[in-house]
Amino acid sequence: MTWLMLAAAPFAPVDQEYLFEARQMQALSFAIHIPLVCFGIAFPAFVLFMEALWLRTGDPVFRTIAKRWSKVMLALFAVGVVTGTILSFELGLLWPNFMATFGEVFGLGFTLEAFSFFTEAIFIAVYVYGWGRLSPRAHFLSGVPVVIAGFTGSLTVISVNAWMNSPSGFTLEGGRVTGVRPLEALFGNHFLWHEVVHMYVAAYIVAGFLTAAVYSFAWLRGRRGRYERVALVVPLTVAALAAPVQIVVGDWAARTVARDQPTKLAAFEGLHETKAGAPVHLGGWYDGEEVRYGIPLPRLLSLLAFHDPSARVEGLEKVPPEERPPVNVVRVAFQTMVGIGFLLTGISAVYLFVWLRRRRLPRSTWFYRAVVAAGPLSVVALIAGWVTTEVGRQPWVVYGHMRTEEAVTGASGVPVGYASLVLVYAGLLVAVAWILRRLARAPVEVQSRPSGVAPLMAGAARPEAKGDR
Amino acid sequence: MLMLLGLAAYAVLGGADFGAAFWQLGAQGEGGRALREHAYRAMGPVWEANHVWLIFVLVICWTAYPEAFASIFSTLTFPLFVAAIGIILRGTAYTVHAGTAREIERRTVDRVFSISSVLTPFALGAAVGAVASGRVPVGNAAGDLVTSWLNPTSLAIGALAVATGAYVAAVYLAGDAARAGLEKLAVAFRRRALGAGIVTGAIAFGGLVVVAFDAERLSDRLFAWPALAAVVASAVTGLLTLELVRRSRFEAARYGASAAVAAVVVGWALAQRPELLPGLTVQEAAAGRRTLVATVVGVAGGAVILTPSLALLYGLVLRGRFDRGATEAEATARQRTRQGRISLLRLAAGAGAVGLPLTLLFDGGLLLALGVALLLASVALASLDLGSAITAHVADGELEPPATISIENRPSRD
Repeated sequence: MTWLMLAAAPFAPVDQEYLFEARQMQALSFAIHIPLVCFGIAFPAFVLFMEALWLRTGDPVFRTIAKRWSKVMLALFAVGVVTGTILSFELGLLWPNFMATFGEVFGLGFTLEAFSFFTEAIFIAVYVYGWGRLSPRAHFLSGVPVVIAGFTGSLTVISVNAWMNSPSGFTLEGGRVTGVRPLEALFGNHFLWHEVVHMYVAAYIVAGFLTAAVYSFAWLRGRRGRYERVALVVPLTVAALAAPVQIVVGDWAARTVARDQPTKLAAFEGLHETKAGAPVHLGGWYDGEEVRYGIPLPRLLSLLAFHDPSARVEGLEKVPPEERPPVNVVRVAFQTMVGIGFLLTGISAVYLFVWLRRRRLPRSTWFYRAVVAAGPLSVVALIAGWVTTEVGRQPWVVYGHMRTEEAVTGASGVPVGYASLVLVYAGLLVAVAWILRRLARAPVEVQSRPSGVAPLMAGAARPEAKGDR
Repeated sequence: MLMLLGLAAYAVLGGADFGAAFWQLGAQGEGGRALREHAYRAMGPVWEANHVWLIFVLVICWTAYPEAFASIFSTLTFPLFVAAIGIILRGTAYTVHAGTAREIERRTVDRVFSISSVLTPFALGAAVGAVASGRVPVGNAAGDLVTSWLNPTSLAIGALAVATGAYVAAVYLAGDAARAGLEKLAVAFRRRALGAGIVTGAIAFGGLVVVAFDAERLSDRLFAWPALAAVVASAVTGLLTLELVRRSRFEAARYGASAAVAAVVVGWALAQRPELLPGLTVQEAAAGRRTLVATVVGVAGGAVILTPSLALLYGLVLRGRFDRGATEAEATARQRTRQGRISLLRLAAGAGAVGLPLTLLFDGGLLLALGVALLLASVALASLDLGSAITAHVADGELEPPATISIENRPSRD
């Protein structure tokens, strides 16, 4: 028993002056990485869809789009690889106690993820470099593993997050973990499924609306050739179908949170006292006891959380103040996410309605303006969603078992690291914006069909900017 | 064992990758330009795949040896953070490179790429040196944050990492250039390979001397069976490889160089045994049995998928199927008339109609799962149907007259 104590001692909590900076650093890295993940998950499916259309119809416009998009896919994947590596470095650099104590419980999730990621990397390389070097059929098939790996990758990573929110599959004895059952911890976790589905659908929404926003912008600028129209409708259609479903999935997620993390649910609303028939306040501010200046919607919280307008909802008072998350951050993030979610669903409804009723695209320029706005807004909703669940989990890193301040590194220099990371990431964003612009500006070359379709985009093309790689 | 494999693979392939960039650093002028482009071209397809080895090592480490991982990362914050920054810069520069058009842009990007490619292996090497010389105690930032990595052994191993990368890369690139029939480049890289080989050998030898003085425990074990065998094997293969390069037998030299580097990694691992960190043996550091079993099974399962995929990728690259100017294998896609589709949309609507109430009504269990699955299927089916229908419409159809008129009647904004 003594060796147990001795072994546990080196990873006793330390006094880290810059805990907040460490958390910000991790959050920043996530905020940069997650939109890229969306493109890793959903964009390959768009590209393959385009290629499938080409294989079916022989219309070269689809091949051109697929090929151009595949270069974007590769560029974003490469950046995603990098930012993902940084995240895994930071787990060790910033949260050594967390890793030392619980690494063996959840590590398997990342090990499996590494394989998904590896598969994705290999086949993205084969796919992008294989244009014109593999038979069309083999080339299409080489893209399929990318889509599958995108799903399994998000599944395994989110299994870790689900475990942090709903830890199980181990026993804690004197600060040391014993009796680890990793499969149960990761995949027998009922937080996993709603988180995965919610994120997976979100990926299609974000990638779809962002891509559509680009071509909507082109549309507003008067560039409406076949190329732009086709490139607009595919991602827009997928996102428009996914957005309403996301509301239903979100409802499922909220019910699970209500059952298993009542404190987090209370923070969504800023509900202080436990009460039956709890309301939701739109807007306003939680002052530590109640929500001020919000518009109350009676009984809505009970209805949302338990599908029963008079259900009893646990308030923040149930736990001591030091175990409550920063309520306003969670609240604002939650409402932002939900608000944008409904907005996106509204845009989707217009689009689908016009198509199903009139068999055409919407004509109002306001619709296209809305789609341009929907791109960045969907990213905001995505990040707000992660803030909701991650800040809502605070002060715990492993819900109910380890507090974030117990996990942090004892090393000095966190602010310096934070500052350098901010600088480097600013550079990264500029570089990504620059490369995407370059890729977009390369002239669109579509072999015209026999019917003779007019040449398309007349962008300010630089002939030498178009490379085959 | 698995970690070792990953480490060796990263040392060889990642090293080559870093090294390729190292050669770009010194390359100037017209000839240098060709050299730099060749390095990008050869490394392009495998870049992401190479990189994943590192992630692989990390995740296995924290799963199987969580305490060791945490100790190493907290004490060696500085070099590892530098490595991380280097990785960001490298990846970014690599991504951006594809879009560079002007010489000045290209040169800036290459500069960032090369510098970060030297920084990263050096920092990682220094971290290895810290662990090898027993300067990382168990605990949260328990070691000295500076001297743990700023010491003779760390510097020697850092330098060795950079030199090794340069050497392996030169051998690979010479082989690539020779295969592609680029005589001048092949000669240039052959010269570099020979030079780097000698330098690497010298650093390795010097490193052994440094270790003998600086890290006695390590050197005691390094100069005894079985680590000594690996050291000798590395030296012998290294010399053989040099001879192969001299005779321009690049294909064989490629394997020789890889083997020499792998032998160094094995030698280190053997010398390290049985302690991972001072006072923490590999046995003690290991995670619980179930975790280890699950990890091994997971890795084995992954390997079943990955081995053929990797073979495909490296095979395509090495056989040059990805080279420019490869025969256009692409046949024109068959033009097919659109066939009548089964109404996927109806199917989607049906799935949605069943899935929605199930998802809303149940709090768990199979029925909820069924509901969610049906909802997702509904989105997928509807996407397929509407996606192709709307696409066909906009691809074939005319622009909608009212929209174009309303815009075109306005004065142009640009």
